Amino acid sequence: MNSLWSVILATMVKDIRLEWRSKDALNSMLFFSLLVVVIFMFSFDPLAEESRHIVGGLVWVGFLFASVTSLNQTWARELRNQVLDAYRVSPAPANALFLAKALGNFIFVAVLEALMTPLFVIFYNVRVVGPAWQLLPIAILGTWALVVNGTFFAAMSLRTRSREIMLPLLLFPISIPAVVSMVAGTTAILTGEESAHFYTVLLLTYDVVFTTACLALFGMILHAE
Amino acid sequence: MNDPSTSIIIVNNVIKQFGRFAALRGVTAEFDAGQFHAILGENGAGKTTLLRALAGLAQPTRGEISIFGKSPREACREVGYMAHPSLLYDEMSGMENLRYFARLYGIAGDARCEEVIRAVGLDPELTRAVGQYSQGMRQRMSLARAILHDPRVLLLDEPFSSVDVQSARAMAALLKGMRDAGKTVFVITHQALLLEGVADEFVWMHAGQIVDRTASLARSGSSAGDVQ
Repeated sequence: MNSLWSVILATMVKDIRLEWRSKDALNSMLFFSLLVVVIFMFSFDPLAEESRHIVGGLVWVGFLFASVTSLNQTWARELRNQVLDAYRVSPAPANALFLAKALGNFIFVAVLEALMTPLFVIFYNVRVVGPAWQLLPIAILGTWALVVNGTFFAAMSLRTRSREIMLPLLLFPISIPAVVSMVAGTTAILTGEESAHFYTVLLLTYDVVFTTACLALFGMILHAE
Repeated sequence: MNDPSTSIIIVNNVIKQFGRFAALRGVTAEFDAGQFHAILGENGAGKTTLLRALAGLAQPTRGEISIFGKSPREACREVGYMAHPSLLYDEMSGMENLRYFARLYGIAGDARCEEVIRAVGLDPELTRAVGQYSQGMRQRMSLARAILHDPRVLLLDEPFSSVDVQSARAMAALLKGMRDAGKTVFVITHQALLLEGVADEFVWMHAGQIVDRTASLARSGSSAGDVQ
């Protein structure tokens, strides 16, 4: 157990260090999200009341698309110089690598969300009617839902020739229940028209099921030829 | 043929297919502890596939490999693997790379990392990223990564490629020292002359099979092939 956490920590620190030096994932995510905000702003000119109904969808679709660029980068750096083979020949558990990658992606996407959310609020003139604190569990559970499946499917499409296309093809359909819950939960809180409790529980269930499935299957993905 | 009772590595009728192409066609061999084996053969002979199978990176389509009585993956703590690519992160320094890989083997602290970096003739204080190293330095750092956990078996795929003659000789001497310390060393090379007087055995591969095992570079009834 101790070794599992020390490998997770070492891999996360290594990934954050590599990202800090290259800024590949963060730059592309930020640029993409900024484009989404600006394009949607010119496409719609909603009133404050309308904003509350649509901004949940805009935010989460924007984050979903942006996170794909980060998820592809995560594994791409393991392919350069075949570094992944060094992990595969080591006694380190496969799940430690998966959890480290998923947690690392969670941090990158969370940073993106922290930077982009104020822009959404300003550009779309969003005022929260419901209990604003409930946005936090929705954001945490929703982000984990995106990155846990994204990390898994990015690893799965790692050795395919067109992995940039494969990842969204695999990830988006399976993320539909999570995205629907994230959007509906966010809209419920923004408008204050209904409770977000149901969507939070749905997201929690989704996260538990898919995290368990990914952990159970990742060893096979890592050691596949 | 080696005595099976002292063999630490047993390869039993291993076949490895990639689609319809057979990279290994029924390889059977036994290898003793503390020996230096140079694996020779033309491109496509199956040398790298055999080494990857021994490292647990390629699962045989048929047949079995046993290292110290375990499967290659179970025996991973006993095996050090150096591939043709460096298996290092270009954006990090040598020390940062080794520190990370040390954690994968449960090695705490920097002492062992510094020791192996010095053993391969590099400076642990070097802060340059590996991507800015010369090819020879990268090869040596790659060797440092492979020996980091003090494995009993070393599998090295072309450690002397793109390395100048002097550095290659220094690496060969280092490997000989490891053999003398009881390690079992496998080296794939196209520069076999470097290993004359160093290797205990030359293992000749052709078309996915081991076709000969000799104590010197001279082969009976056959040319030296690609030996330079």
